[in-house]
Amino acid sequence: MADLLKAEGAIIDPTDETGEGVRRRDFINIAAVSFAGVGGIAVLVPLISQMSASADVLAESSTEIDISAIASGQAIKTVFRKQPVFVRNLTPKEIAEADAVNPSTLRDPQTLEERTKKGKTNWLITMGVCTHLGCVPLGAGQGEVKGEFGGYFCPCHGSVYDTAARIRKGPAPKNLEVPPYEFTSDTVVKIG
Amino acid sequence: MSFPWANHYKPSHPLMVWLDEKLPLPRFVYNAIGAGYPCPRNLNYFWNFGVLAGFCLMLQIVTGVILAMHYAANSGLAFDSVEHIMRDVNWGWMLRYAHANGASAFFVVVYIHIFRGFFYSSYKAPREMIWLLGVVIFLLMMATAFMGYVLPWGQMSFWGAKVITGLFSAIPFVGEPLQQWLLGGFSPDNAALNRFFSLHFLLPFVIAAVIILHIWALHIPGSSNPTGVEVKSESDTVPFHPYYTAKDGFGLGVFLVLYCAVLFFFPNALGHPDNYIPANPMSTPAHIVPEWYFWPFYAILRAFTSDFLFIPAKLMGVLAMFSAILVWFFLPWLDTSPVRSGHYRPLFRKFFWLLFIDVVVLGFCGGSPAETKYVLISQIAATYYFLHFLVILPIVSSIEKPQPLPFSITEAVLGTDEAAA
Repeated sequence: MADLLKAEGAIIDPTDETGEGVRRRDFINIAAVSFAGVGGIAVLVPLISQMSASADVLAESSTEIDISAIASGQAIKTVFRKQPVFVRNLTPKEIAEADAVNPSTLRDPQTLEERTKKGKTNWLITMGVCTHLGCVPLGAGQGEVKGEFGGYFCPCHGSVYDTAARIRKGPAPKNLEVPPYEFTSDTVVKIG
Repeated sequence: MSFPWANHYKPSHPLMVWLDEKLPLPRFVYNAIGAGYPCPRNLNYFWNFGVLAGFCLMLQIVTGVILAMHYAANSGLAFDSVEHIMRDVNWGWMLRYAHANGASAFFVVVYIHIFRGFFYSSYKAPREMIWLLGVVIFLLMMATAFMGYVLPWGQMSFWGAKVITGLFSAIPFVGEPLQQWLLGGFSPDNAALNRFFSLHFLLPFVIAAVIILHIWALHIPGSSNPTGVEVKSESDTVPFHPYYTAKDGFGLGVFLVLYCAVLFFFPNALGHPDNYIPANPMSTPAHIVPEWYFWPFYAILRAFTSDFLFIPAKLMGVLAMFSAILVWFFLPWLDTSPVRSGHYRPLFRKFFWLLFIDVVVLGFCGGSPAETKYVLISQIAATYYFLHFLVILPIVSSIEKPQPLPFSITEAVLGTDEAAA
């Protein structure tokens, strides 16, 4: 660098006080401050990263549920990543209601088939976390309000979900999230 | 800076002379809040609220540091440790009620302080920086109060934390990772509680530092006054001490009577009973509301129920809620009238009271359940709120014919001013 600058005639006598051109001292100053600056920024990485989810929080991310006791029309709440999950056994009427809607008219267009596993469309498994600000919607528990579309109703800010847990009304932007899951047998579901 | 007629600090005791040479702290206090700070002679009781706000901060720091000696910032222990404070710690019930109601008192005082600023246009040149720093203090207060409310780890604490950090998930692309970063997990848990406690302890001292800047900025032009006419001569001012130390002392006494009445007779009136139920991540309370001092902003958040242009409703609500405060940063440049005080601005005065009613209505809606009628009222009130600052204020400033101003503060007070002749 210094040689290059010298070759171009940019570096002049270090004792020169006229202030013109680049002195060797300027180069050292800029290099030292830049190096310290990069080092200072690098220190921010652990300071910021420590706030992200720790290893133990990330480790608790798989749940097995026995669904044999859930009758048609019933639902249960369970826990995945310390958040509620709704497992709902839809009635044929509820499935028909969900299929009767033209998905292109929805805020977050999806069909019930896309939100369930093949051949298991009656098993609607979603996070019980409203996509607006994270409240637990009502509708999974016995006797809870299901909202005007028969699915779930969030009491915090009035979001209404239908029988496929799709957003139909209110401030929430998305359908209730479907977590990754698989049927390990006909009666056991593994979430995560 | 001070006025040329300000009293000068003259230490008489040899010890004070010695101290003045080494560390002139008494001189600093004398010039800041003592006889060395000349103030307009006509300040009314609305000018007490700065000192009262400072008192509230001290009250919160003292009671808060004590509570921290008995509190356990762990999601398994927090709720029980608060009950331990309430039942077992000597005077613990009083200290906790003093802290919880102290937060409410702080906001009452600061809201009056802010509306004083609105009415008397305290934000206008040359006092813009005082106003801007004040808005920063208010934002810091809101963050501190929110995190403090999470600490008892009751149902409202938990769901408040979930909803408020959920606001950040509305930000496009980075929202969800940002929310997880803020919480240290997928929903509020021990990691979140611990960091909220740490920050809740830290932020009041940051607020204290910004208050020092706020007062520093105030002492450059000096205090404004109810006429909005600048100080012209010595007859317009009196020294801060003893005149305003006495007036502030009286105001503090009245404030303490009201505060203690709430503290000792209605300590839970401003709280929410659901927060005496331990946090349950599986069940949201039927009607979640923030503390009363956030209601107007909460109503604005909820007012957006459908997508606006290409912006999703959720993001729009969040943007509107933050904008409701951020718009205050532009206030010194939105209100272009050269007259400060609302007393001499007949049209502005009417809109000031409309804004006041509008904020009260928003507050009422924010504290009500998310039913259609309240949402509709919130939508109208939120629209008016922004109209006031962005449209009405600039128009009123340009078309209004202000009433004649007095020649000086002295003339306003005494009816005549020799200097006017």
